[in-house]
Amino acid sequence: MEKKKLSIVAFSGDFDKLVAAFTLASGAAAVNYEVNLFFTFWGYNAIKIKKGHSFTGTGFLAKFFNFLMGGLNNVPLSRLNFFGASPKLMTGMMKAKNVATLPELIEAARALKVNFYACEMSMVILGIKREEIIPDIKEILGVAKFLEYAEGGQVLFI
Amino acid sequence: MNTYKLDITKEHCPMTFVKTKLQLEKLNTGDRLEVLLTEGEPLENVPKSSVEQGYKLIETVNVGGTIHKVVLEK
Repeated sequence: MEKKKLSIVAFSGDFDKLVAAFTLASGAAAVNYEVNLFFTFWGYNAIKIKKGHSFTGTGFLAKFFNFLMGGLNNVPLSRLNFFGASPKLMTGMMKAKNVATLPELIEAARALKVNFYACEMSMVILGIKREEIIPDIKEILGVAKFLEYAEGGQVLFI
Repeated sequence: MNTYKLDITKEHCPMTFVKTKLQLEKLNTGDRLEVLLTEGEPLENVPKSSVEQGYKLIETVNVGGTIHKVVLEK
């Protein structure tokens, strides 16, 4: 039987939307889907090696912009962020209720061999170098390649 | 032939599936995995998706209340 396939475009760098993307990715991989996770634009915040506010990238504006955006440790909640307090409170609530936290979901996706890809154009705009994103990224690609990999499966944009 | 045990009664989606799948991947042919899980989505879908992946469903036993034991074999 041919494997079913799910391809997710992780566009948002919001905490809650990343939780949704990684929940779907790891859950689908666990029930034997082939899963592609394509990080683009704000989604890059989830795959930078430096997880805090850091001057990632080349060029003054890129460095400044990346510093403001930060990384996985400070992704904001899409609503009611309260200057970054909410994602921490939410993580506490998730732990208390024994629901997987964002780092646990990412680790699950990794363990289940979800294919991680990153957008070439965003990389150029944000001035990020290959060595500044996590090595799990299998390939830096564009629209045509993404469509090729997504063909025959379901596609979600989060 | 080894028998492994996994308790996912305290887990929620998607970790119920994730933990089962990661444990199933460790099995050698003939090994069994006994999964303790709760009624609802885990009971409906953990055995189903495991069978879809080629594992054998040996039995499902209610071990008390809403907890069930699902025995899978590679």
